Amino acid sequence: MVLKVTDSPFSQEQVELLNRLLPTLSEVQKVWLSGYLAALHKVEAPMAAGFQATLAANGPVISKEVTVLFGSQSGNSQKLAKVLTGKLQEHGFHVTLSSMSDFKTNALKKVENLLVVVSTHGDGEPPDNALSFHEFLHSKRAPQLEGLRFSVLALGDTSYELFCQTGKEFDKRLEELGGKRLTPRVDCDVDYDEQASEWMNQVLASLSETTATQVAAASAFVGGAVIGSGSLTEYSRSNPFQAVVLENLNLNGRGSDKETRHLEISLEGCNLEYEPGDCLGIYPKNHPGLVRELIDAMGWKPEEPVPINKNGEELPLEEALSSHFEITLLTKPLLEQAVKLSSGNGLQELLAEGREQELRDYVRNRDLLDLVEDYDLKGVPAKDFVSVLRKLPPRLYSISSSLKSYPDEVHLTIRNVHYQAHGRDRYGVCSSYIADRLETGDTLPVFVQHNPNFKLPANPDIPLIMIGPGTGVAPFRAFLGEREELGATGKTWLFFGDQHFSTDFLYQLEWQRWLKQGVLTHMDVAFSRDTSEKVYVQHRMLEKSKELYQWLQAGAHVYVCGDEKKMAHDVHAALVTVLQKEGGLDSEEAVAYLKRMQQEKRYQRDVY
Amino acid sequence: MSENHLLSPNSAPHSDVEDIKRRSDYLRGSLAETLEDRISGSIPEDDNRLMKFHGSYMQDDRDLRNERSKQKLEPAYQFMVRVRAAGGVVTPEQWLMMDDIAQKFANGTIRLTTRQSFQLHGVIKWNMKQVIQEVNEALLSTLAACGDVNRNVMCNPNPYESEVHQEVYEWAKKISNHLDPRTRAYHEIWLDEEKVVDSRDGVEQEPIYGPVYLPRKFKIGIAVPPANDVDVFSQDLGFIAIHEEGRLLGFNVAVGGGMGMTHGDPKTYPQVARVIGFATPEQVLDVAEKTVMIQRDYGDRAVRKHARFKYTIDDRGIEWFVHELEQRLGWELEQARPYHFEHNGDRYGWVKGSDDNWHFTLFIQNGRVKDEDNYLLKSGLREIAKVHTGDFRLTPNQNLLIGNVTSEKKPEIEQIIQAYGLTDGAAYSALRRNSMACVSLPTCGLAMAEAERYLPTLLDEIELILDEAGLRDEEIVIRMTGCPNGCARPALAEISFIGKAVGKYNMYLGGGFSGNRLNKLYRENIGEKEILNELRPILNRYAKEREEGEHFGDFVIRAGYVKEVKSGLDFHE
Repeated sequence: MVLKVTDSPFSQEQVELLNRLLPTLSEVQKVWLSGYLAALHKVEAPMAAGFQATLAANGPVISKEVTVLFGSQSGNSQKLAKVLTGKLQEHGFHVTLSSMSDFKTNALKKVENLLVVVSTHGDGEPPDNALSFHEFLHSKRAPQLEGLRFSVLALGDTSYELFCQTGKEFDKRLEELGGKRLTPRVDCDVDYDEQASEWMNQVLASLSETTATQVAAASAFVGGAVIGSGSLTEYSRSNPFQAVVLENLNLNGRGSDKETRHLEISLEGCNLEYEPGDCLGIYPKNHPGLVRELIDAMGWKPEEPVPINKNGEELPLEEALSSHFEITLLTKPLLEQAVKLSSGNGLQELLAEGREQELRDYVRNRDLLDLVEDYDLKGVPAKDFVSVLRKLPPRLYSISSSLKSYPDEVHLTIRNVHYQAHGRDRYGVCSSYIADRLETGDTLPVFVQHNPNFKLPANPDIPLIMIGPGTGVAPFRAFLGEREELGATGKTWLFFGDQHFSTDFLYQLEWQRWLKQGVLTHMDVAFSRDTSEKVYVQHRMLEKSKELYQWLQAGAHVYVCGDEKKMAHDVHAALVTVLQKEGGLDSEEAVAYLKRMQQEKRYQRDVY
Repeated sequence: MSENHLLSPNSAPHSDVEDIKRRSDYLRGSLAETLEDRISGSIPEDDNRLMKFHGSYMQDDRDLRNERSKQKLEPAYQFMVRVRAAGGVVTPEQWLMMDDIAQKFANGTIRLTTRQSFQLHGVIKWNMKQVIQEVNEALLSTLAACGDVNRNVMCNPNPYESEVHQEVYEWAKKISNHLDPRTRAYHEIWLDEEKVVDSRDGVEQEPIYGPVYLPRKFKIGIAVPPANDVDVFSQDLGFIAIHEEGRLLGFNVAVGGGMGMTHGDPKTYPQVARVIGFATPEQVLDVAEKTVMIQRDYGDRAVRKHARFKYTIDDRGIEWFVHELEQRLGWELEQARPYHFEHNGDRYGWVKGSDDNWHFTLFIQNGRVKDEDNYLLKSGLREIAKVHTGDFRLTPNQNLLIGNVTSEKKPEIEQIIQAYGLTDGAAYSALRRNSMACVSLPTCGLAMAEAERYLPTLLDEIELILDEAGLRDEEIVIRMTGCPNGCARPALAEISFIGKAVGKYNMYLGGGFSGNRLNKLYRENIGEKEILNELRPILNRYAKEREEGEHFGDFVIRAGYVKEVKSGLDFHE
């Protein structure tokens, strides 16, 4: 096995040294060295977590860990999986039993022994609770599973044409991904008892055998830990990474007034790293309809080259207007520049002293197309016009994933902005780009924007109070993902709200899972449009004021994310009330209490 | 009381549902708390088991299940609420209340069921309490509409033999009341009645059921010959009214019928009830009570799909049951009296009762009362309810009877019927008038294939064949269910389809026209094309070769398409 710069984290010189050394080592030496490095690593500065995990996994520990996954429609597979689990435990195995839908797919890489019990539903379909796992395993995102040993028990009904189809598919796919079969798959008909128990016995025999001979296999080295091209390019705001979009879906159910995109982006191949609380910057493109209308209104030619910076670089006009210049926002400086573009366009009067309010009213919800239509700017050459335009700024979004839960990925939670103003549809530049025009497989220019003012406490035992209605909940998905991966024991409490329970409960299944597992201790929700009286997060906070106060006194950190103008203000006022009511403080003292919390970084906000 | 009360007849441990019931403190469980939980529109499975006894269970919109799962949203959980009234008889005021509740809290439609109950679909958890309160304000109930107890007592609704019918209906109500659960849980959880600490033990709290209720659901129906619209042989306990010149003499007693089975498990099968004797009207409460208690004590509590009364009887023999019953009664049944059934369908249109009141039976496709663009059924019925002075009767074939219309009131009702184009089905084929489908997709959790949403379009296709064959007005009973549990009583139809997978059905032929004989599997796992290809030659041949008055179900046996099924024990042979 030869290391390369491209598939390892080492420099050319280090790679050469290692390649000289490694072939000379005996198995024992290799194992010793990996243990030595792992121990050394614990006392020294922390390294990338993934690397650490890989080293630890290759230590000389015999694994008796077995994961049993079931996909069940009528309950038979689930029942058999339970029986199997019992048998394995009797033989001293540590078993993780889970339905496929509850199983976190990113944990799959770490699984060494996987036993699948799955039925086939209807005409060759996976059962409902196997659908997402089945899809994941058959997608491009399925990990390589070289270290995996597996076996499949398929349940079915021979009266169907595609007998045991789902079991067959899992069996085939797990092999394709590099897994090794412990024992051959067994396909059971409706009367499954005998075959199932035979399969269980074979699996048990095979597992007992392999765990005994595992030491020898443990020396398979770190290879494959870093896949793809480990380019050393520094990506940043000025040099964004062209990231591939893995998933782009609407989180709001049918009938919702809202559209919230959940975006999963691959960071594979770049060295971008982030922590919970950080933001991702995106360079969007303007709405093509608006660009085209602007060009038509001005009578320009779309292909005409225009300068995009002072260095003389040029782009065709249409491209420049879509991806390089800001055309949706009118500002006073812009209007002042535009005045000079042509004579007698009438803009001068709007900018006159004393008409500031009128100017403010005019620029609100208007864009460049309004400007050129409302004021006589026709005839201004494109190259002159673009010289007064601002560069399209990137949009920043709170990251909604933890890198520890989703290595090499970053997730965002973006609400699509779309409204009518001044007789025309208006689209949020970035949100509509993502919601309406960005597809899975497309690339997106991104960079990481660190946010040191919205960070988890270093001590994982500290309780967290998180308040994030609407898309404000995004960073808390990252917080909880992080705490889950760390195995943190600190209590957590999330307040969430939106319009309707049935359609707008963003990431509902994930909070439910975390509640079940204890990663999330409490969750309170407020859905404003489900009841005759509008209920918001601050109302829920006040309902729980006693408990909230106890948490604050116990040193909880408070995080607020989302709308600044209304929500953050109301939440702040609710905290003041809680301190007054439960802590007996007067309003000044309560405000001071919160100020102190802010100074101690116990009260952090990411509001916009 | 028998010593083996609560013990399983085989040595296997109790099913988990038995433990849930036992732990539930007479159907309370943790329902009061889980209904309040705001994080999920669902309730835990244990509570859902108990919820059934309260007349509801959790479902979800299966059309949206996968879509929502991808969206990281839980399934669109919702509750089906079943409202029962013995014999399906309700007042116009009660009809209006149901109409209103359906509009406010459910999906805007009312579903009439094959057991003469109402079903509301799409009620969300946070509205459940209000729905059940309003149902009770209407003096209707949901208690025991589902669950391991006696369900809605069915009764022939058409009072053309007015005096006899009235008497029979009174007995249906008495049986129903007598077998109601006595637990206070319903009143505490839904009607905000104070929780009273009850130290009495099980027998006192539930004198008939005891603390773990029955091993499985229990169904009672009363037929008034010559109509067998209640499908009396499909009931766990059936009563056949014996009447003479407008006088009710008593009832023949039939036991051990039931429809449900499981695909691929020949130990499960539909069965027809067997007539074991005759009882006078005054004796029927005693017969019903003791029969229920025998099933309570001997029914299989280990394997739920083997827990229905029909298996208790078939496992031990009908003689054993008669002996056990007569022992508990302390007297013997008389010999069964002669009776004759003609049909298990409904009599559509206007019928005049022997007391000179009028009754109009309306054809309602698959029992779904709703407004469609060109058929404002729900609105029309609302208008009728506003002026009607008689009653409404839900029929066992999912139709609706506007009952006890006086001669003076008849023109006004007739005028609304005309104005809304409400149909007695005369314009449809006789096959369609004799069709039934269960609810199935998208709400029923058990459904494997479409039924209610699909049968009407399948009938469109079959009607083309009927027209070719000249069979449009030939009454043939056809039924479809989305799973083998049998809500539309498919095993008794002349033609039936039981769903196996989306678009795939098992096809059965040869049920008796008067609900007297089970049908038999003819083709397995076929789709629409094969269904039509199979039916076409059989129907054509029936048109040509049938004997005078020979029903389709009898013909297919004579012609050798299927073997006659004499007992459920032969169903899979």
